[in-house]
Amino acid sequence: MSFFDKSNTIAGPGFNRWMVPPAALCVHLCIGQAYAFSVFNLPMTKLIGISHSTPNDWKLTQLGWIFSLGIFFLGVSSAVFGRWVEEGGPRRAMFTAACCWAGGFFISAFGVYIHNLWIIYIGYGVIGGCGLGIGYISPVSTLIKWFPDRPGMATGMAIMGFGGGAFIAAPLSVWLMSRFNTATHVGVAETFIVMGAIYFVFMMVGAIIVRVPAPGWKPAGYTPPVQATKLITTKDVFVYDALKTPQFWLIWWVLCLNVTAGIGVLGQASAMSQEMFPGKVTVVAAAGFVGLMSLFNMGGRFCWATVSDYIGRKNTYFVFMVLGFILYCTVPTMGAIGSVTGFVLCFLVIISMYGGGFSTVPAYLKDMFGTRYVGAIHGLLLTAWSMAGIFGPVLVNYIRAYNVAHGVPKADAYNVTMYIMAGLLVIGFICNLLVKAVHHRFHMSPDHEAEMAQIEVGAAGEPAGA
Amino acid sequence: MANETQKGTTTLHLVLAWAFVGIPLTLGVIQTLINSMKLFQ
Repeated sequence: MSFFDKSNTIAGPGFNRWMVPPAALCVHLCIGQAYAFSVFNLPMTKLIGISHSTPNDWKLTQLGWIFSLGIFFLGVSSAVFGRWVEEGGPRRAMFTAACCWAGGFFISAFGVYIHNLWIIYIGYGVIGGCGLGIGYISPVSTLIKWFPDRPGMATGMAIMGFGGGAFIAAPLSVWLMSRFNTATHVGVAETFIVMGAIYFVFMMVGAIIVRVPAPGWKPAGYTPPVQATKLITTKDVFVYDALKTPQFWLIWWVLCLNVTAGIGVLGQASAMSQEMFPGKVTVVAAAGFVGLMSLFNMGGRFCWATVSDYIGRKNTYFVFMVLGFILYCTVPTMGAIGSVTGFVLCFLVIISMYGGGFSTVPAYLKDMFGTRYVGAIHGLLLTAWSMAGIFGPVLVNYIRAYNVAHGVPKADAYNVTMYIMAGLLVIGFICNLLVKAVHHRFHMSPDHEAEMAQIEVGAAGEPAGA
Repeated sequence: MANETQKGTTTLHLVLAWAFVGIPLTLGVIQTLINSMKLFQ
């Protein structure tokens, strides 16, 4: 398996670093399909009845667990396998992610074929979820090492791909199902098989072209800072030592609160826009609004992360928290005056910052903990995403339901939620404010660095040419 | 950026790699943009 060893992915002298972002996008565009899994929900409720659901068909509530399990295992696997990904190199991680992701589709196809939902939970939810987690973190530290001068932009490009994967997957899934659909057959199993095969090939292209920079490589014209600045370290922190620092947990909360504020409205955008503007926003227009939000979610990932290279990571999160607070407090006013345009603009900016929160955080971690274990530390931090994935929708749904049950008109039922989201961002602002440089006692000592380098050589196999 | 222009990676490699990911992404974005226009109709 030497082809997958880290030592065999070291770039030669003429390698162009701009080959690495497409390699990362090959993986992120594929695993971003997770956001479009809902296109299978309705067809999967008619696998037996074909044109309608029968009592033996699966229910939407049962199918909802597939996506939830996938996201849960994204967080778990990125936390558990982060160090392995970091030490084994990106090619091995991308190959593993491709096997898990495509394998998840193949197993799910079998689950659809024999109509056993548990097989799909294990296939897409558990195995595919592990592919999500490993694939998500696999190119992050590699990109940061190739682009030490613009780490935000580099990771922003990859994580933008995760937001954009659904744009490809949704129409592709619908088209494939229409090709395989017959009078006696819905075509989901065949679609899973074809998509699994396409994704495997696509991700393997990424695994083949990815390279890590040679030791000591730096971009021409770039002079690495010799001394650490106030918030950018030149030292490395060992992955498990990062957990002992307050900085890790402060950034964990910053991410969790920023994601909670965004994810809650992302899932409810369609219903919210229709209920806040009854008669003005139709079902079709609401679908258009959701599509526009997805575009801003994707664009925000690249734009905000790039901006963070110029204004700094901490300042970028200050912008998210302050601007988010203002916009959340403005939304009820937009509803009261009936301004659909103002409402849409507010949420487009909010959702761009939701995406920006994901893409800026790897560079924030690199600034705090150094580049060596940034992928693994990023993996641990993604548990904040899993947590926010539960809290965000629950906050929006339950508060709305509580308000409606207590006689609040539907048009006003979201107002309290908006103020709570604004409050969460105030807490996020305070957490971000408390982030200071990591104390030097957490930095890796030269002895520890040499010891870890030894382990990495062992994990990666013999160096090329040895 | 001397390291980026030495032999090894050609312009064709770069174009192919970016087209491989860029074309499907662009098509998906255009499709979503067309659907999003329904908001303004």
